[in-house]
Amino acid sequence: MKLFLLTFLNGLTLAALYFLVASGFSLVFGLMRNVNLAHGSLYLLGAYIGYSAIKWTGSWYLGVAAGFFAIALVGLLLQLLIFRHMEGQDMRQTMVTIGLSIVLADIMLWIWSGNTYQFEAPEILTGAVALPLVKIYPMYRLVILGASIAIGIGLWLFLNKTPIGMMIRAGVDDRAMLAATGVNVPLVFAVTFAIGAGLAGFAGVVGGTALSIAPGEDVRYLLASLIVTIVGGMGSIVGAAIGALLIGMAEQFGLAYSPTYGVVYTFLIMVLVLAFRPQGIMGKRA
Amino acid sequence: MAADLTQAGPAGAPHLLAQVRPHQIVLGLFLLAYPLIASDFWIVQIGAQTLFLGLIGLSLMLLAGYGGMVSLAQTAIAGMAGYMFAIFGENSANLGLGWPWWLVLPVSVLFAVAFATITGFLSVRTEGIYTIMITLAIAVAFFYFCQQNYAIFNGFNGFAGLKPPQVFGVDWRAPYPFYYLALAVAALGYFGVLHLSRSTFGIALQAIRDNPRRMAALGFNVRAHRVAAYALAAVPAALGGLFLVWFNGRISPGTINVGAAINILVIAILGGLGRPIGPFIGALIFVLLDNFAIDLISRERFNLVIGGAFLAVVLFSPDGVLGLWDKLKRRLAKRGGA
Repeated sequence: MKLFLLTFLNGLTLAALYFLVASGFSLVFGLMRNVNLAHGSLYLLGAYIGYSAIKWTGSWYLGVAAGFFAIALVGLLLQLLIFRHMEGQDMRQTMVTIGLSIVLADIMLWIWSGNTYQFEAPEILTGAVALPLVKIYPMYRLVILGASIAIGIGLWLFLNKTPIGMMIRAGVDDRAMLAATGVNVPLVFAVTFAIGAGLAGFAGVVGGTALSIAPGEDVRYLLASLIVTIVGGMGSIVGAAIGALLIGMAEQFGLAYSPTYGVVYTFLIMVLVLAFRPQGIMGKRA
Repeated sequence: MAADLTQAGPAGAPHLLAQVRPHQIVLGLFLLAYPLIASDFWIVQIGAQTLFLGLIGLSLMLLAGYGGMVSLAQTAIAGMAGYMFAIFGENSANLGLGWPWWLVLPVSVLFAVAFATITGFLSVRTEGIYTIMITLAIAVAFFYFCQQNYAIFNGFNGFAGLKPPQVFGVDWRAPYPFYYLALAVAALGYFGVLHLSRSTFGIALQAIRDNPRRMAALGFNVRAHRVAAYALAAVPAALGGLFLVWFNGRISPGTINVGAAINILVIAILGGLGRPIGPFIGALIFVLLDNFAIDLISRERFNLVIGGAFLAVVLFSPDGVLGLWDKLKRRLAKRGGA
């Protein structure tokens, strides 16, 4: 029972991390049809920048902020310099971002070397909490869970209840019409891209604190984002949450109960979803 | 050597022979004479490696260029053939079943074709970018499975001590035989794909790429054509995979990881997806950069060089080096005409 609960909590916190990364990916793809396969690289770059900022300033919070804003800026540049010039060319965007991720991975290896880095969150956020049944659980993992729930709800409210969110959704459905009503569409899309990328950078610092950062994490999180969005459905915040939950749980329960083939379960979920609902659980496209 | 030349024969079957153009003959003669002027390093490391990496790239070119389906699972399919060769044949861990070569080779290719067919069934439900995602996921799942499974795939270590079978008393791992064997099989693949592209099936496949709904309305089974393309494309991938394990002498999960899958994509895109020669050009550039990036920039920075080259090609010439060549030819023709 204790193992079950612990695994459940671990699955939940891993899902929270996956959600943070995948929601940005899903947002950018689902809403703007921009395929960004460099999303995993943004996660890792955010983690490295956060690490360097923490080392330099000594403040974890500043590191998190640096991760978010630096990567949001990178995302903005990506949108302005690359995606804007190949609107609607899915395949080309895919290829260009794959190329970018190869180059970025090597540049990061160059700057930060192949070492594994770990850094500590401030004391208020760490330590252990007493929970019923499992006795103690790391506080920081619950913080991630809370943060990601808050961000998820915030994103949903932002998209569904604010004027900007309304513009984003309208721009997806009929871009020309939205522009005709006087809305600056490129600006709206640039903002969306920056938020999506910033979330990946934020997740990089937060996730890097919980686990560790090393080369190769970019591919891992890119794959996690891909699978979460395939399972959950493109462009849906709720879908990303469901997908992240399923994949996080499958990974942790697989690890706890059948360590050898833990990864295969993730894959099985994806195959089942594709077989019965190719557009993803919450996806709208037929 | 004589055996190789006759092996290359069927590819240039009579009705195809009429279509062979002068520059193909010149290139063919050069490739045949190449070992006479090159050192062992240039024969095997550059020559043979270009040919078999080009073969794996060719399978992607067939799918992506004619079928419009960019699959990142081709490396996994090549790896499947390599693994099956190790498992059914002989390896240094004494885990092989030791079947004779004339059985092991077709069985390896058949397993790869079966794997590709399953991959096809799963991924033809999706289109464009979704196809990339699902094939990437399949490739990674296969990678993890091989890494975790010790009973069949010998886990992290994989298999070592793999070598081409001794046939006709020839050591096929020696530079000359290895190169000519790779050349023969690459020529077979090249002409095979060229022939396929002009066959009824190939034309239908290209039509499906351009307008699947219209082809479905005309009564063509779009899905069946796509799955068949996956199965067919597995053959050059599997053959390339066999050469890959013979070349390395081993296979392990590292041979089929994400990086390897991306490398094949880079090779196919660098060369260009327009014609079957593309992947071979891409492979040549890739192999040359791989071996000489050390001289261009520090030896650790190979990925930066290849990634930069790839990025330049996709940004400025979406049709790869072939596209650049065609553009140049058009411009020269225009100038000549004016």
